[in-house]
Amino acid sequence: MREVAVLGVAMNRFGVSQKTNLEMFTEVGLEAIERSGLEPKDIQALFLGCCLGAFEEGQAHIAPFAHSELGLPTGSPAVLMECACATATVSIRNAALLVAGGVYDFVLAGGTERATLMGTPLATRTFAMASHSYYESTVGITFPGVFALAAHMYAAKYGIGLPELKRHMAEVAVKNHKHALLNPKAHFQKEIDVETVLNSMMVADPLQLYDCCPFSDGAAAVVLARADRAKEFVKKPIYIIGMGQAACGALSLQRDLTVVKARVEAARQAYSQAGIGPEDLDVVELHDCFTIAEILAIEALGLYEFGKGYEAATKGETALGGKVPVNPSGGLKAKGHPIGATGAAQVVEIVEQLREEAGERQIPGAKIGLVDTLGGDFGTVCNIILRR
Amino acid sequence: MEYPIPFSRYQEHMREGRFVGVRCGACGSVLFPPRAVCPECGGRAFSETELKGEGIIRTFTVIRVPPEGRKAPYTIVMVELSEGPYVLGNLLGLNPEEVGMELIGKRVLMKPQPVAGDLLLRGEFLVPGFYLV
Ligand SMILES: [Zn+2]
Repeated sequence: MREVAVLGVAMNRFGVSQKTNLEMFTEVGLEAIERSGLEPKDIQALFLGCCLGAFEEGQAHIAPFAHSELGLPTGSPAVLMECACATATVSIRNAALLVAGGVYDFVLAGGTERATLMGTPLATRTFAMASHSYYESTVGITFPGVFALAAHMYAAKYGIGLPELKRHMAEVAVKNHKHALLNPKAHFQKEIDVETVLNSMMVADPLQLYDCCPFSDGAAAVVLARADRAKEFVKKPIYIIGMGQAACGALSLQRDLTVVKARVEAARQAYSQAGIGPEDLDVVELHDCFTIAEILAIEALGLYEFGKGYEAATKGETALGGKVPVNPSGGLKAKGHPIGATGAAQVVEIVEQLREEAGERQIPGAKIGLVDTLGGDFGTVCNIILRR
Repeated sequence: MEYPIPFSRYQEHMREGRFVGVRCGACGSVLFPPRAVCPECGGRAFSETELKGEGIIRTFTVIRVPPEGRKAPYTIVMVELSEGPYVLGNLLGLNPEEVGMELIGKRVLMKPQPVAGDLLLRGEFLVPGFYLV
């Protein structure tokens, strides 16, 4: 297998967009190609993520339209990928595998999503399509509901009083909002405190509004290339040194919702390929769609033992300047979560950190970073480890 | 290959007030809802087995912001059935405003509960409903 490098990356400001999914992706795609020192004619394949385009804009089969907007050659295939919230990470992993395998030398991968167009009731319904349609969506489970089930199970399993756990969960939101203040691309740029979270409306007990990421619009794109040619095009290529992806079925098969089995396996694959462990990470962008989700993730990624991660944000260990900064971008929680684009935006953040181009939120000397994206009700997890 | 108990027949059983799953011929695991491959051992030879409908609540939530077409609040529970499988269902007969952590560990009985489908999944369905014992 050949080594794979990231050349140019780009994302737009997440939030509420007047631009269409195609327009957003065209902008970031062209920026990423330009920053790679390439022309659209050099891109040999497009892997595009967009989860709910059919419901947002009545648009299916969006990839060939993005392909022509970008001016890619007719001979370069365009594929739409969908793994719920892990969509863009999975697009990037599959693109990277084809570069590693020698099929392509230069590919474009990423995603675009316009979730705010749907409004909360329809967005809540369409997000729930990523649960088992016949056996679980029919009982009315929602995405906050899935993580709410996990939060209550976490409190019971480890014998932590719910009010105590909720304060620690709120600290995750406070931290990620604070990080987002330093990120001009973030959906929210608003400092909050624990009381903001605990006084917000209840969405799915015990998760309140500020425990939840927003519905966002946004797009992000990355160009991947064979590593041996990367320095011909960019000064600071970033290398993909490990990847992992795993799958699980319905919630009822997963049983212990405090341990995301797909993440344990995906992370094992990625660490093993990279030849490193969690202690080697300088920066992590992980899937904090809900505050409890960040706690579950830092544990399954091996940064904390199971049952020990819940105090991390409160102690400041996962904040910028802490032991291992988690979600310096503001995370899904505050940077925003345009589901089909999220994983690519996580890669953008890690790449900028490793290039020391992250501005005010730069982690000094960051050399190795990890991307963690979860799709659906723990059905997919995809991890990518990058190094400068 | 014939799918052991398709959703349509699972629904027929529910309409008769019965919960029918399958027992793995290789390892004895009970699968409910029914499946084609045993997640425990990979076995694919099954016999049908009727469940008692008894179980213990392992976790829960109260949905306050519902998907389009549903009315909140309502309570969702994840229950470990006495035969082993976990199942997601609605907790009924208890005001959602009155539930809390004390639910976890409580014994429940499963009864079919009708729900209406919507534009995305058309039809009328029966889902597991649970009542505290
Ligand atoms: Zn078996």
